[in-house]
Amino acid sequence: MKSKRLNNLGKINRDKTLNFTWDNKRLSGFEGDSLASALLANNIGIVGRSFKYHRPRGIFSSGVEESGALVTIGSKDRRDPNVRATTQELYDGLKASGQNAFPNVNFDLGGINNYIGRFFAAGFYYKTFMGIPPFEWGKGTAIWMLFEKLIRKAAGMGSASRLPDPDSYEHAHDFCDVIVVGSGPSGVAAAIEAAEKKLDVILVEQDSELGGNQLSENDFSTSNIFNQLKSLGVKIMTRTTAFGLYDNCVVGLLERVTDHLSIPDSTLPRQRFWTIRAKHIIVGSGALERHIAFNNNDIPGVMTVNASKHYLNRYGVLTGEDIVIATNNDSVYETASELSEAGANVTVLDSRTNIEVNSNKNFEIREGFVPYNINGRKKIDSLDISKSEDINKVDTINCDQVLLSGGWSPAVHLLSHRGVKPKWDTDNACFIPNDTKENITMIGSSRGLWNKDDCIASGVAGATDALNRLGISKTNYFFPKPGGWKNPIKPLYEIKYKKSRSKSFVDYQHDVTADDVRLAHREGFISVEHLKRYTTLGMANDQGKMGNIIGLSLMADLLNKEIPEVGTTVFRPPYTPVPVGALSGRNVGKHFRPLRVTPMHQWNIDHGAKMIEVGLYQRPWYYPKQNETLSDSYIREATVVRKTVGICDVTSLGKIAVQGPDATEFLNRIYSNAFAKLQVGKARYGIMLRDDGIVMDDGTSWRLSENEYFMTTSTAAAAKVMAWLEELLQTRWTNLKVNVTSVSEQWAGAAVAGPKSREVLNECVEDPSLITNENFPFMGVISTFLKGKIPCRIARISFSGELAFEVYIKSDFANTMMDLLWENAQKFNGCLYGLEALGALRVEKGHVTGAELDGRVTIDDAGLGKMASIKKSYIGSAMRKRGVLSADNRETLVGFFPTDLKETFNAGTIVCEKNNVKGQGIGRITSVTHSPELGHWIGIGFVEGGLDKWKNTTLVGADPVRNKQMDLKVVSPHMIDPKGERMYA
Amino acid sequence: MIRINCPYCGERDHSEFSYGGDATINYPSLESSEKEWTEAIFFRKNIRGFQLETWHHSNGCRMWLEVERSTVTHEIKSVRPCHPDLQKVVENNK
Ligand SMILES: [Zn+2]
Repeated sequence: MKSKRLNNLGKINRDKTLNFTWDNKRLSGFEGDSLASALLANNIGIVGRSFKYHRPRGIFSSGVEESGALVTIGSKDRRDPNVRATTQELYDGLKASGQNAFPNVNFDLGGINNYIGRFFAAGFYYKTFMGIPPFEWGKGTAIWMLFEKLIRKAAGMGSASRLPDPDSYEHAHDFCDVIVVGSGPSGVAAAIEAAEKKLDVILVEQDSELGGNQLSENDFSTSNIFNQLKSLGVKIMTRTTAFGLYDNCVVGLLERVTDHLSIPDSTLPRQRFWTIRAKHIIVGSGALERHIAFNNNDIPGVMTVNASKHYLNRYGVLTGEDIVIATNNDSVYETASELSEAGANVTVLDSRTNIEVNSNKNFEIREGFVPYNINGRKKIDSLDISKSEDINKVDTINCDQVLLSGGWSPAVHLLSHRGVKPKWDTDNACFIPNDTKENITMIGSSRGLWNKDDCIASGVAGATDALNRLGISKTNYFFPKPGGWKNPIKPLYEIKYKKSRSKSFVDYQHDVTADDVRLAHREGFISVEHLKRYTTLGMANDQGKMGNIIGLSLMADLLNKEIPEVGTTVFRPPYTPVPVGALSGRNVGKHFRPLRVTPMHQWNIDHGAKMIEVGLYQRPWYYPKQNETLSDSYIREATVVRKTVGICDVTSLGKIAVQGPDATEFLNRIYSNAFAKLQVGKARYGIMLRDDGIVMDDGTSWRLSENEYFMTTSTAAAAKVMAWLEELLQTRWTNLKVNVTSVSEQWAGAAVAGPKSREVLNECVEDPSLITNENFPFMGVISTFLKGKIPCRIARISFSGELAFEVYIKSDFANTMMDLLWENAQKFNGCLYGLEALGALRVEKGHVTGAELDGRVTIDDAGLGKMASIKKSYIGSAMRKRGVLSADNRETLVGFFPTDLKETFNAGTIVCEKNNVKGQGIGRITSVTHSPELGHWIGIGFVEGGLDKWKNTTLVGADPVRNKQMDLKVVSPHMIDPKGERMYA
Repeated sequence: MIRINCPYCGERDHSEFSYGGDATINYPSLESSEKEWTEAIFFRKNIRGFQLETWHHSNGCRMWLEVERSTVTHEIKSVRPCHPDLQKVVENNK
């Protein structure tokens, strides 16, 4: 191929030179160039290597359908792989390089694959490495695992940067009456018509310029269109792709804000991900020209006809010197004439005969001829041609370029996203859009209209359709019939030359050949969806934009059916690739999810807390003194709690006010243990089950008065429990007079735990006489005042097994409460303790939390079966003993010690029998800690059959992630003070 | 990207709501047998077309709603409160 820049033609700015590099070679182009046009202007023919066979590939198209010129743009942290050179705007300093090649696309060692290509036919990898099921399942998979790495390296595309993305991305929302996709003649006509009727219109164009395929026309200027639309108040969005249509007239857009700039503006996002809600969607997404399958139809220098016209008239680049155009339709003749005028020597092979052509005929037309083989390897040397009926050599034409037009496929993708299957139009040899009840109208060549006047008329009709459907007008309209060429198209998908084994490509993207489709047929993969998955036809970047119909026609031929009987695959979003960065938008790093803090967050930090994320909450993890490590610190904290007293922020627990005359009845139904007789001024620990009998959550409920309870839930299940209570009251027990209100944010809470906790509270409350053991027994509740007349609620509840209280206060007074508690705790050599020490204390006592109550565990599994009432029915009571849930060998809660007390272990350790360490074992360790009290590591978890079965047997803890094993002893989960004497003290 | 017309708040994006489940289940009484409960919580119809389902306006008014939605097109025919007394209130205020 000999491509070059002309001195005339094109819409580029020849006064502004842009420098760029291709595989480190310095080149230049002009403002207004695409990377592809600039490469062609520099006569660069080979821009990539193919996916499987590593064949040299050139530029096939000038748009989004490109599957050959996939390149890597940028370097280091801004390296973007698999970019279509055809849609990448050139900028000064752009760095582009070829991919899937070593050392480079011109000389690629992987090219060897081309010669052993018969081994790489469809399904090769599956057949060779995955084993023949069911006989070789295990073996095949193992081989696959071994080879996969090598295969992935050899087959593939560019590689993404592994560095953090320096750019930002935005999510944006907008709404309008009508959104028009595409700014070709039909889209612009529709936007003008709708805007003139006072509708709020957004016009979206994926290109940097308005005009659609008119940009391939010699005498077209976009500025007139732009000004007219602007004056009518149309919101114009260029460099913006409508990548998908969704329910209720929602359109997903990707706006490329800075991808065309040398130095991205640091105040702008790189891309914007738009969600647009429209009342009506008008799609004028155009049509894509198809190629034709025949031997070596992928040699660099092969291109679609319209692409060549685009390069000529938009960029002033003549793509070849001796050009052969092969066609089966009328769309090529204007191009042939223009290429010839621009200085090329042009021959048109038209597979049809007796055609009528309106042109000055400055080129040769050979009617009834088709190409069947390209000679050449890295460039085209010549083309073998034949009569279209019987494929045999008639002539060989010396040429450097072969342009193909196998017909046009309307871009029905967006409508397909809505589940609307296109219908086959035999006259025009293409799929055209079907009708839909939704407010979506297809216009222009995306409904199979080939001439401009028809397109404009369809745009006006589309806007009228929108106005009618929105109830604004009741005007009659009609759409022009599909078609518009003088001579009918003659279907031509594959030219099959039997005497050669050269490859004939159906889908360039993944090197799918005509023989691959035949192989799929022979092996029974005849449904379209199977064909696609077996051969990978229509997959990856281009999603079969050029090759799909050819593949379908081949399968139709093999099955002796018509194309519509074979069907078409469903197009799914996105129309063109959407970067992951745009999908995640600002939701990265610290903004990945919202952050919740307790009202004493700053107080905790000021007092030395190291924080940890628990769900969305930031909670104090530990309070190190001087150089203490995490384990130094939590061991000290837990020791102090057991010896004197500790203060801990427990605000993140869920808190729900349950109020109303039926509140008691309500709690009695949702908790598995009895609540009916709970006295005013008492709290109770309760366990809620799900309908299916599995534990949902545990917590406490405090009876504040006859009809009022204060419920606490675990931090993790707070939202779930609240929604559950609302569901029960609003849908199931609608006659219960109960109201539930989340008061989690309204109350701040602190645990005061340890033998000195009562003495600390004595100092903090206005009336210490309320705090005595007689007046305030275990599980008692009082509403009283902290010093300074601050109202508070206190319950005598223990999670640590020590004498302990939970104090709640209105959130605004959180710091005052902490100051007061801390000031007095210090008098007793107390400490502040965090989540790690809290965990250590509760593991020592065998208390379960979310790590244990993981949605698989029954109340019996958790060792709390005795708490469940047998006198009443409650949620889950009918189901908790069903079938497998009451099997003898259930995994039940136990404690674990390492047999060698110097040994450590981790949560997640799999518990196995000795000499049988494999699979899921017979249990698992869910929580571990170093026990300050016992002086060694302890854990709780589950084991099949529980304590009774294993208390005298040594088991093995396997930790394959850390490549570690240790012997285990099974003990009671209540490892400290099993009778609870300290708690009642 | 469906929208639900909450009787209390107006038309809102579905991201404000949480899906509940089948709105036609008659949950047995707590005293009912394991068999009745099994029927109620494990056996579901797989409807193609309009079905009654519950949605919780969890990031809004916190009300549980009964929504009639097509599983094929996502078209929503009706939205009303689950609670029968509230249904009446909403009906009377129309
Ligand atoms: Zn609402």
